[in-house]
Amino acid sequence: MDLSDDVVAVPLRHPWRWISGGIATALLLSFIWAVFSATSIQHDIVTKFLFDPRILIGMGVTVVVTVVCMFIATVLATLLAVMKLSDNPLQRWLATGFIEFFRGTPLLLQIVFWGYLGIIFPHLVLGVPYTDIVFLSGKTSDLIPAIVAGIIALSLNEAAYSAEIVRAGILAVDGGQVEAAKSLGMSSSYTMRRIVLPQAMRVIIPPMGNEFIGMLKNTSLLQVIAVAELYTASSTISAANLAQIELLMVSGFWYLIMTTVLGVPQRALERRYGRGFEVVGGRSAPRAFKVGKR
Amino acid sequence: MANLMVDARNVRKSYGSNQVLNGISLTVQQGEVLCIIGPSGSGKSTFLRCLNHLESINGGRIYVNDELMGYRQVGNVLHELKPQDIAKQRQSIGMVFQRFNLFPHMTALQNVIEAPIGVAGIDPEEAKKQGLELLAQVGLQDKGDHYPAQLSGGQQQRVAIARALAMKPKLMLFDEPTSALDPELVGDVLDVMKSLAKAGMTMIVVTHEMGFAREVADKVVFIDKGVIVEQGKPKQVLDNPQETRTKSFLNKVL
Ligand SMILES: Nc1ncnc2c1ncn2[C@@H]1O[C@H](COP(=O)(O)OP(=O)(O)OP(=O)(O)O)[C@@H](O)[C@H]1O
Ligand SMILES: [Mg+2]
Repeated sequence: MDLSDDVVAVPLRHPWRWISGGIATALLLSFIWAVFSATSIQHDIVTKFLFDPRILIGMGVTVVVTVVCMFIATVLATLLAVMKLSDNPLQRWLATGFIEFFRGTPLLLQIVFWGYLGIIFPHLVLGVPYTDIVFLSGKTSDLIPAIVAGIIALSLNEAAYSAEIVRAGILAVDGGQVEAAKSLGMSSSYTMRRIVLPQAMRVIIPPMGNEFIGMLKNTSLLQVIAVAELYTASSTISAANLAQIELLMVSGFWYLIMTTVLGVPQRALERRYGRGFEVVGGRSAPRAFKVGKR
Repeated sequence: MANLMVDARNVRKSYGSNQVLNGISLTVQQGEVLCIIGPSGSGKSTFLRCLNHLESINGGRIYVNDELMGYRQVGNVLHELKPQDIAKQRQSIGMVFQRFNLFPHMTALQNVIEAPIGVAGIDPEEAKKQGLELLAQVGLQDKGDHYPAQLSGGQQQRVAIARALAMKPKLMLFDEPTSALDPELVGDVLDVMKSLAKAGMTMIVVTHEMGFAREVADKVVFIDKGVIVEQGKPKQVLDNPQETRTKSFLNKVL
């Protein structure tokens, strides 16, 4: 028998992938058809408001609030996670209390609370207690405008959720890594920063991508305290022209675009922190199994 | 006694009610190689980890290079050192682990130069130069930009040795450095360790490689149930053991 080098490897066929994919596509197309052919929906209104300046500005506010909140939340979450894993019982207790409190009450309630802070404490004074030293004082509604109240509310709530994600990531790093770092004379903060967290990132990023998308959508809750984000913009317009469904489609369209675009930086981050891990069983592995002409 | 590198006196360690080290006393002179043998669970790893204060001890004293490890003695009272002082003490003690524990997100060279740059504060260019020299010393000059996952077990362990050497330690601790390796890879790692010993490095090696102990060790210590049962020259302990526990252990491993 001639054992030539020219072996043709036939990949395994997956008929069910094609069948289920076909069914899903058919369902999706018929849904889109139903929406576009519904006479109750005025499509010209949808297209007219899609690029309305108020909508685009609202979208900008949504993006800014989302990014700022996620940044603050991630920093706080890392701090909380490290505190919760600390040897110091007071730190553990504080972190646990914070997490339980902000996870245990509805986000909407927290937003309204921060939004109405001005009613509970009409005046804010920042200074040294029992002295005349005052750094800052004024009406609460001036010092904390709605958008700041919204950012505080969303960040604190998100920090509580993300803290558990970061903690899980830290716990996923092999204990031998910390031992090796210690044996080289690294301090515990240096070890956390250079050895543990970079490895934890691999575990943290996918669920944090989820959190990012959740945050983007949750900014719409800020409508209740009148922050001019995307959903507020669209509902203000529809309150005037009564085209509720059409404007929901407008904002829905943009939310979908934004959440889709978010996947790009996530994949880049996953690649960045996957370095050194993807070698076995990853992209580079199948090369060894390639058969055929050279 | 000026060149005493390790002086362990009556070291005790327990986890809860489990007394793991039951008064271990031993000394290692500068430039000596000490091999520790003993059955699984006898406390060999625990003893090594006490030497660089990865574990705190419950009794006794450990001096490395004339410094009391982990504590400051004032009169009759021991005060635990601050974390940064303990970290400082660890810098002069290199440790090599059974499962390598390389940093998987860094290349071989980055693994080697991380502590010199970040902890010892050496200039990055200089650290890189020294790192490449160390990799060459362990026979891996062309693997500097490989990630650990791209290296064989034996190569990983040699990178780990280079990483420990990069901090210019006065003492090297090896905890079963070859027992996670395929048999054909053991030799390369042992060769690196032999040349280190020849170059005058003070080493404490927990190992099951009796050939290595016989060839390289100045002294062999047999530990069982947290106590030293027998110690002496390798020939004496390995070929002519006096204690029945040593004899039965050697019968099992040889
Ligand atoms: N962190 C720990 N917590 C509780 N018990 C421990 C801990 N580390 C070790 N022990 C116990 O201490 C004893 C000695 O363990 P050690 O790892 O030192 O043994 P060893 O001699 O190195 O064994 P081996 O040859 O299997 O590595 C064992 O009974 C083990 O269960
Ligand atoms: Mg052990």
